[in-house]
Amino acid sequence: MSDKGRLAIYWAASCGGCEISILALNEKILDVANAFDIVLCPCIMDTKTRDVEKWPDRHVDVCLFNGGIRTSEQEYMARLLRQKCKVLVAFGSCAHEGCIPGLANLTCRQEIFETVYFETASTDNARHVIPLPETRSNGFHLALPVFYDTVRTLGQTVAVDYYLPGCPPEAPRIWDAVVAILEGKLPAPGSVIGAETTCCDECPRTRNEKKIKAFNRTWQIIPRTDTCLLEQGLLCCGPATRAGCGARCPEVNSPCIGCYGPNVGVEDFGARMITALASVIDSNDPDEIDRIIREGIPDPVGAFYRFSLAHSLLRRRALVPDAERLELPRPKIAAQA
Amino acid sequence: MTMKRISIDPITRLEGHGKIDIFLTPDGDVAETYLQIPELRGFERFCVGRVAEDMPNLTSRICGVCPEAHHMAASKALDALFHVDPPPTAKKLREMFYSIFYTTDHTTHFYALGGPDFIMGPDAPPEERNILGVIKKVGMEIAGRVLKMRRDGHNMIEMIGGRKVHPNWGLPGGVSRGINEEQRKEIERLGREAIDFGKFSIQLFNDIVLGNPDYVRLITSEAYTSRTYNMGTVDANNRVNFYDGMIRVVGPDGREHAKYDPKDYRDYIAEHVESWSYLKFPFLKRIGWKGFVDGVDSGIYKATPLSRLNAADGMATPLAQREYERMYEALGGKPINHTLATHWARLIELLYAAERWVELATDPEITGSEYRVLPTATPDEGVGSVEAPRGTLTHHYCTDERGILTRVNLIVGTTNNYAPINLSIKEAARSLIRKGTTVTEGLLNRIEMAFRAYDPCFGCATHYLPGKMPLTVVLRAPNGEVLQTIRREPPRWEAKSDS
Repeated sequence: MSDKGRLAIYWAASCGGCEISILALNEKILDVANAFDIVLCPCIMDTKTRDVEKWPDRHVDVCLFNGGIRTSEQEYMARLLRQKCKVLVAFGSCAHEGCIPGLANLTCRQEIFETVYFETASTDNARHVIPLPETRSNGFHLALPVFYDTVRTLGQTVAVDYYLPGCPPEAPRIWDAVVAILEGKLPAPGSVIGAETTCCDECPRTRNEKKIKAFNRTWQIIPRTDTCLLEQGLLCCGPATRAGCGARCPEVNSPCIGCYGPNVGVEDFGARMITALASVIDSNDPDEIDRIIREGIPDPVGAFYRFSLAHSLLRRRALVPDAERLELPRPKIAAQA
Repeated sequence: MTMKRISIDPITRLEGHGKIDIFLTPDGDVAETYLQIPELRGFERFCVGRVAEDMPNLTSRICGVCPEAHHMAASKALDALFHVDPPPTAKKLREMFYSIFYTTDHTTHFYALGGPDFIMGPDAPPEERNILGVIKKVGMEIAGRVLKMRRDGHNMIEMIGGRKVHPNWGLPGGVSRGINEEQRKEIERLGREAIDFGKFSIQLFNDIVLGNPDYVRLITSEAYTSRTYNMGTVDANNRVNFYDGMIRVVGPDGREHAKYDPKDYRDYIAEHVESWSYLKFPFLKRIGWKGFVDGVDSGIYKATPLSRLNAADGMATPLAQREYERMYEALGGKPINHTLATHWARLIELLYAAERWVELATDPEITGSEYRVLPTATPDEGVGSVEAPRGTLTHHYCTDERGILTRVNLIVGTTNNYAPINLSIKEAARSLIRKGTTVTEGLLNRIEMAFRAYDPCFGCATHYLPGKMPLTVVLRAPNGEVLQTIRREPPRWEAKSDS
């Protein structure tokens, strides 16, 4: 019997980038494997769902859960793993705040299905077939999970013990978190494990008095490499974004897009960004301010809520009241001895 | 008539999720199989309304294993959309970056995803059949080389493009930053080591796989053979190119079916829909959708490393070309229809990518200061295409005059392969499960090996990462006697349970 801890790594509505970031620990992955039995990681190991269901409750010490919750199956797995583990970490932006797939909260299932299965330029579907929760093919019964209208974060689905932000979390931050777990030096439950400063504090570019008359799209200017990108009119999310990545995007002349989520004390990322931008606009005339914003920021929600929409004060676009909605019973998890 | 069902849930050692259902006749033969992909994210919908220049960053979140592929296809689509031609330094930087990514990604697949089946054995205990088992078995000297390759590749990707996962670098007209001479030297140095690693990996494959008669029998068996069309991108000399070229499709008989500019993809490819999966099934329009069958009369095609090598006339670099010739000589000429040979083709591509990495790193223009030009035309519509490691990747954008997206179409690497993967699984299952067969865990893994050769990326394919579905297995003899029970309860989230 091993006296190592048990570690589970699971992916819901995600992209696999968090797993690759874990593999970017390189040799340190062997230190992780020495400290823990990795009991679940479908990317690289063959543990199946039924094996997970057989585990006793609280069988796993730590579960790193990445991905958002947007189907009934993912909701089931979130609840199952909450039951089977002692410490549940919302790992990465999707689990933390919904991430880019959370932008689907600007639309709904019906619109997504219409686009994907009827309208895209190469789809050949005159009979308007769509994926169904239950279907028969050649006489066989087949089922699919229900696709919800709304992307939810892990914390909106089950109780989460810690959040590790980033899209993905950078490997050194992952290692810091692993060490904190092994040494028992974690912050209060419910906390984000991360820095308490902004990306601006990590950025080496010089900052002067920021006053701009226009915002620029990234393809409109070739920015100077030494000065603040926001000062040059680019929509850099550094002022609102939690540090942790080392300001890598400004390093290659690209504005920060906010993937580490809001800094400590910031409840709504977009609201913080709007505040930051409002303070740099060089005008007191409301009409001029309006024009500057309209011309330079044609997609405010994409610019300000790129990663955080599902978790923000906005949450989602209002659903049309009489839109088709399947009210299905929430999945129940049986307790295991 | 009682139908029994075997489920493999979830499929593992790939990027993404899926579930395989195998339905048996009363005789215990395989009646039908299904690989269901249970989810969708809807990028084609929620990217509408976004600014087009966000697409390299938005679409890289389709997949964190191959974000560079989406980043590159998106950047090229932006070039087309804004009618801007990047300067030579920009194109060379992009292709060099892409070659580094290919070397790294193919390494990940062979050693961590598909390779363990060969290195540990298909019937090895599941706890050992993974990268950790491989490291223990081959020892730290070899394992160290694998870890070094991935570390070097990722470090170079980060140095050039900003981040190891989800770089932030591509723009219409070029890239956001070039490289200096010091960086170039490091890139060249590590590229030469990558070539050595490519040669080493092929040697390992020779020793462990081709040197084992059981594995050779496996590779050439009918269970893992399907005769479909092959798609890949080729340069002006019909050599494999990952970054740019014409798309070429060659039949299972070796004859060229089509060769086209990627922007004309809609004349050649369409996508079929079934109600039992969230993923669509591309097929060749001029042949048509004939269902899950292979042959020259079926529109099903593969877009994999093996298909790329089948669709081309050779490799553009010398060491890879030698290996290309050796593979075709060993397996009876072109085209090769043995799906498991894809693992071999992938290593030949790894070697080519490393050679191309060094070719571009030593190009005199690579440190040039013209890594970007600003577009001046009004954006309207553009198509960008690259070879993702897992298949031909096409991004198609329409915008208004401000560059706000009005329509998005994405045909993603693994999506091309969804129909042939289903076919490969059916063929493997039909071969392996017959009346009287004991269905072991190892046997089910051998069925999974039928998809693993494709190195699928179902997060890419559905522009979503699907989930898993627990199910139940009872295997009965023709007379009804229970031979074996592999218990997996009906899914708790399903509205009704299976009968």
